[in-house]
Amino acid sequence: MKIYENTGSKDTRSGFGDGLTELGKKNENVVALCADLTGSLKMNAFADNHPERFFQVGIAEANMMGIAAGMTIGGKIPFTGTFANFSTGRVYDQIRQSIAYSDKNVKICASHSGLTLGEDGATHQILEDIGLMKMLPGMTVINTCDYNQTKAATLAIAEHHGPVYLRFGRPKVANFTPENGTFEIGKAVMLQEGTDVTIIATGHLVWEALEAAKTLNEKGISAEVINIHTIKPLDEAAIIASAKKTGCVVTAEEHNYLGGLGESVARTLAMHHPTAQEFVATQDTFGESGTPAQLLEKYGLNAENIALKAEKVISRK
Amino acid sequence: MADTQHLKDLVTQVRRDIVRQVHAVSSGHPGGSLGCTEFLVTLYNEVMDHDPSFNMDGINEDLFFLSNGHISPVFYSVLARAGYFPVSELSTFRKLNTRLQGHPTTHEGLPGVRIASGSLGQGMSVAIGAAQVKKLNGDDKTVFTLHGDGELQEGQIWEAAMYAAANKVDNLISTIDVNGQQIDGSTDQVLALGDLRNKFEAFGWDVITVHKGNDVDAIITGMKEAMDLTRKGKPVCILLHTEMGNGIDFMMGSHAWHGIAPNDEQLAEALRQNPETLGDY
Repeated sequence: MKIYENTGSKDTRSGFGDGLTELGKKNENVVALCADLTGSLKMNAFADNHPERFFQVGIAEANMMGIAAGMTIGGKIPFTGTFANFSTGRVYDQIRQSIAYSDKNVKICASHSGLTLGEDGATHQILEDIGLMKMLPGMTVINTCDYNQTKAATLAIAEHHGPVYLRFGRPKVANFTPENGTFEIGKAVMLQEGTDVTIIATGHLVWEALEAAKTLNEKGISAEVINIHTIKPLDEAAIIASAKKTGCVVTAEEHNYLGGLGESVARTLAMHHPTAQEFVATQDTFGESGTPAQLLEKYGLNAENIALKAEKVISRK
Repeated sequence: MADTQHLKDLVTQVRRDIVRQVHAVSSGHPGGSLGCTEFLVTLYNEVMDHDPSFNMDGINEDLFFLSNGHISPVFYSVLARAGYFPVSELSTFRKLNTRLQGHPTTHEGLPGVRIASGSLGQGMSVAIGAAQVKKLNGDDKTVFTLHGDGELQEGQIWEAAMYAAANKVDNLISTIDVNGQQIDGSTDQVLALGDLRNKFEAFGWDVITVHKGNDVDAIITGMKEAMDLTRKGKPVCILLHTEMGNGIDFMMGSHAWHGIAPNDEQLAEALRQNPETLGDY
């Protein structure tokens, strides 16, 4: 079994901030917009280094999305920054018409996604954003798992022409993917090969999936772990191949089970290789206040529950 | 004043294009289109420096964004007659597989359109982005927008208005089509807009009023005044007072023709009032 080491916990938003700082230096067409959350999004260094390319729009997210769409006209690559809730639900129609339908090269970068935003509670903890964004034609949807991967994704999306939703979070989480690794949009990452069950995870739950695989291994269960950082376009081939090998699947995400990664996986399997599947996700509820760890435990978004679901799905084979 | 007969001839022809497009598919928005015909004809043929060979980035060109996308019939006619695409394509308006969608879009690749519009209130934000990039690129051209007055009920307009003034986006001229009408009735009946001059001035804009918004000469004078105000630290707003349905007597003075098409007899009467000048499509 492959052992992944946490090289020091870091927040994924800092991966975005550091990626943006690097982009600012190497690509003069990159511009950044923020709706009064520069510190939270870790955009300060970009703002300090390139004041002429940084646009503080105030608490006006709808206007920010429109301005970003307009900035693509003339060749710029705008990166917008605010919380996931205000990056999606609040401005859905602006994204739909002015960005997605208008084919604009805007990178919508969303921090504080999911329950792990923590104490601020349900008003800020969007659990529907993956669904909202993946339904938009032409939108690429990415949910990164750690600092290194978020930084790599930030660099990669600047090279990709078209609208992108990049989702990351607030808390410090294990950092275990390679430093300065390559990021291939739409390509699943095989983290652990196994034969009894496939665990397909995205975002913060990828580390939890690896922890679950360790527990399962101690029980003599061989779990395959796949990191799906790109929910759309989905790496269907990787999912189908693994399902054919193990015969059952657990999906894990910090999102509602309606509309998330799990549903995309289920659709893929239903069409190509019907397979038993269990969902580790929130069950059509809003979140609440609490520490990230407390919330993940209460809503079953942790290694323990992934392992339980794995055993359950194996029994359904 | 220079001779503007060619613009007036074009206005008459564009009016014919508008009612013929809408009549052909029994759908579309003739009222606001007719009200803004003189403005758009003047903007594209007298004011803007633009290239009909069309490049999305529009470097070193003036740019126009239509925010009230439902007046697509006038926009399409003015673009076609400026050379962006063949006028014959106007016959495809709102038909299956057309580039001339019900509301303008970039999605089908129609030259001259740089943003989709139709869901109201978004165009000023887009124009601000394009205007700020012009400054970043060292491009000294101007960005124009057009909005309906009813559209000002959308909150995003005021987010954009605040931002444009605070950031001295002074290469932007936003025109408001003040026709006092919207779908459910007059703007006063639906949601009164209050004093628009005071509102925009309070937001930090320079404001020009064109009282005769269906008079080509008055529009030219107003636009010159507006151009003179650009690059002086403030965005510029034009309050363009127009008559919905202008040029076709039975469509004027009411909101009734906001979104309905003329029947055969009404079309014939509309065309009789606007004789062919430059050739129908």
